[in-house]
Amino acid sequence: MIRIGEKTVRRLLMAAAFSAIGGLLLIALFIFKEGLSFFIETGFRRFLFSDVWDPQSGRFGIFPMLVASLWVTLGAMTLGAPLGVSVAIFLVEFVPRSVMRVVKPTIELLAGIPSVVYGFIGVMVLAPFIRSSFGGPGLSLLAASFILGVMILPTIISISVDAITAVPASYREGSFALGATRWQTVRMVVLKAARSGIIASVILGMGRAVGETMAVIMVAGNAVKIPHSPLDSVRTLTANIALEMGYATGRHREALFATGIVLFVVIMILNTAAGVMVRKRVSGKRG
Amino acid sequence: MRLPPRLTQAFVVSLLGLATAATLVILVFVIVFILRKGLPAIDSEFLFTKPQDMGRAGGILPTLVASVILPLIAVAIAAPLGISTAVYLTEYTRESRVTRMIRFGADCLAGIPSILFGLFGFIFFVTILRMGWSLLSGGLTLALMILPTIIRTTEEAIRAVPNAYREVSTSLGATRFRTTAKVVLPNALPGIVTGIMLGVGRSIGETAAVIFTAGSSLRMPASIFDSSRTMSVHFYILAREGLSSEMAYGTAAVLILSVLAVNLVAYGLMNRFIRRRS
Amino acid sequence: MKTPKSLIRILSFSVLSLLSAWTAGCRSGKSSVTLAGSTAFQPFAEKLAERYMLIHPEIGVTVQGGGSAVGIQSALSGAADIGMADLVRLPAEAAELQPVTVAKDGIVIVVHPSNPLSGLTLDQIRGLFNGTIRNWKELGGSDAAVTVVSREAGSGTRTSFEQIVGGFSLTGDAIIQDSNGTIRETVANDASAVGYLSHGLLNEKIKALQVDGVDCTVEAIQAGRYSLVRPIFLLTRGAPTGAAAAFIEYVRSPDAQKVIGESGLIPAIQ
Repeated sequence: MIRIGEKTVRRLLMAAAFSAIGGLLLIALFIFKEGLSFFIETGFRRFLFSDVWDPQSGRFGIFPMLVASLWVTLGAMTLGAPLGVSVAIFLVEFVPRSVMRVVKPTIELLAGIPSVVYGFIGVMVLAPFIRSSFGGPGLSLLAASFILGVMILPTIISISVDAITAVPASYREGSFALGATRWQTVRMVVLKAARSGIIASVILGMGRAVGETMAVIMVAGNAVKIPHSPLDSVRTLTANIALEMGYATGRHREALFATGIVLFVVIMILNTAAGVMVRKRVSGKRG
Repeated sequence: MRLPPRLTQAFVVSLLGLATAATLVILVFVIVFILRKGLPAIDSEFLFTKPQDMGRAGGILPTLVASVILPLIAVAIAAPLGISTAVYLTEYTRESRVTRMIRFGADCLAGIPSILFGLFGFIFFVTILRMGWSLLSGGLTLALMILPTIIRTTEEAIRAVPNAYREVSTSLGATRFRTTAKVVLPNALPGIVTGIMLGVGRSIGETAAVIFTAGSSLRMPASIFDSSRTMSVHFYILAREGLSSEMAYGTAAVLILSVLAVNLVAYGLMNRFIRRRS
Repeated sequence: MKTPKSLIRILSFSVLSLLSAWTAGCRSGKSSVTLAGSTAFQPFAEKLAERYMLIHPEIGVTVQGGGSAVGIQSALSGAADIGMADLVRLPAEAAELQPVTVAKDGIVIVVHPSNPLSGLTLDQIRGLFNGTIRNWKELGGSDAAVTVVSREAGSGTRTSFEQIVGGFSLTGDAIIQDSNGTIRETVANDASAVGYLSHGLLNEKIKALQVDGVDCTVEAIQAGRYSLVRPIFLLTRGAPTGAAAAFIEYVRSPDAQKVIGESGLIPAIQ
């Protein structure tokens, strides 16, 4: 009976193994099904590059949201990437292992804080601070970038630490033997060896920043316009979907699903890039 | 001008240290801020009675219950699938185009924004499968969301089981299935549980995907076909509608404490696991 | 307990309990009514549902938010028995639905309490919200740039507001918030903000302005003197039946109408 079971088990496991891909395809299928016809009818260009979003008069251009998503993500990366990578380097190279073993899980714990909580603190603390110190409405590109920059820190730190730890000790020892200081070793040997892993961490952080919804709705102000300063209020692609979905019918609803398609494609590109980077690291280690 | 290497190092190290300190300060601030404002609102009435007057008064019991049931449903579905996937990838095949495809699929699924999960769940589970806004729709949607995490952590845990264990078991005449079930999985269990707990933590904290699928009814759910509001959604609504900031902070504090507790358990298990391994 | 057997046992147990919950859910003889839609009416519906279930414990009433469009769609698709919508004009899709007016709601123009103005004309409101009046001094206020705060496109409050004021499109500079509560917070925190929200949600942190010289009060709305008013509909596909009909009847009863009036909306039936 057991021997017959063996084949069945393999089949069952294989079927289960396709659940993730199945889920991915199902999600893609339904979002494309609801949004693609609109996308094609409106035209690629008109949808992506027109800057008027006025559902009441049937004009759907998501250019301001594209630009806003881009700026918010860039802003978040400007804060999150250097800060996160610095923390990772510091923890692996300049701090006793015992300290790292406490600090790293603490930082990873914070990845579990719900995004609505970050958004709420943005509204209660950050936005009033920006309004009173720099002017503008407070709910702004700057506020969203800052909150997102903080939110992606755990992702970047955690993956970067893994990448830097994975650099073989022999690399460092060789560099020390040549008389290099610790920092010279880090800069010239360790960071080079861990580069693709660090880049992957930054790309994954970027994916999280692009995809974050609730926190952004709460702090960005959601005005549909191309921002001229960091103090302007902006609306991202994700915010656009979540804000208007509850009220959307007909063409408007299709337009929101089409926004979902754009978001889906952007995320897939980012993920593929991160995947390529990670694979490079693995093959680099083997070679 | 070039500084002497020692001086440069001292300078860089203090900068990096400053960055680390700043990160910790920000992150600790988030927790302390919520707990300081929220803890005073928490008492037994808050935890164990129903909300009244749209959440302005009373407690949060139904949302607490929903926040327990929803992750359970998600895990009950995602854990068997995720563990099977990991077992298949590690024990039943060699690296091939198929395994790469499966991993790529899981990685992509992990990167999909929660709002897209919400849209999908609303169309597929709520509307097409006619489950309505319900704990079941929400749980199924969340299951898809946490599946990649469970696959990844289980895979890592299984890989960490030394090959010698499998060889001994096989040499005693055990089939591959028996070896997997009796030797590999028990040794990988803490790692697997870690993955599950991380999934639970994510389910408790999720808002965007849940609000579109499990709905936002304030009633106590009588079955998994009832719609119910989780703590995250309740907090979001309280904060957005400006109903009561005291209740909002209280809910946020319970929310943060439960997510932290779940994650702590996960890391505790992981640590025990690592210590036993080495 | 750390064996795969117990793991499998736990998993099969959870699957079984899911299945049993499934059948239990199908079998329960309790009749139920689901309402979905307008976030403006959602809190009131919740309150009424609570009271209704005290009198009729055999009926379960579930209230969902989602927005007026969700209300219309879910009433059409059958996802909800009753849709809630708060639009001045119902969209063409709603033609198949049967509307019943259960309440009215005033839309108030609000500013920061420090704003010296006491009222606006419809023309001035139009100018503020379409971006032609950019500074408060143009209206005799202090020299500060106007921050316009509005609801999201498609919102019942916004659609009604735009239809009643008429003939303008919202300035692109407007901050968009997705609920009455956040509109109120945003205006309360910004000395140069102007926004609009549901009459029932006024508080001391913000200041309501007269429209064409009329204060937004229950009397003014009922007498038809205040112009920014929208109806709140319950929608059913065809004539309501069974528990849905009973609940709608309850919402229109004097007891429920009194609750509606006390909580800040204007009763539809006097």
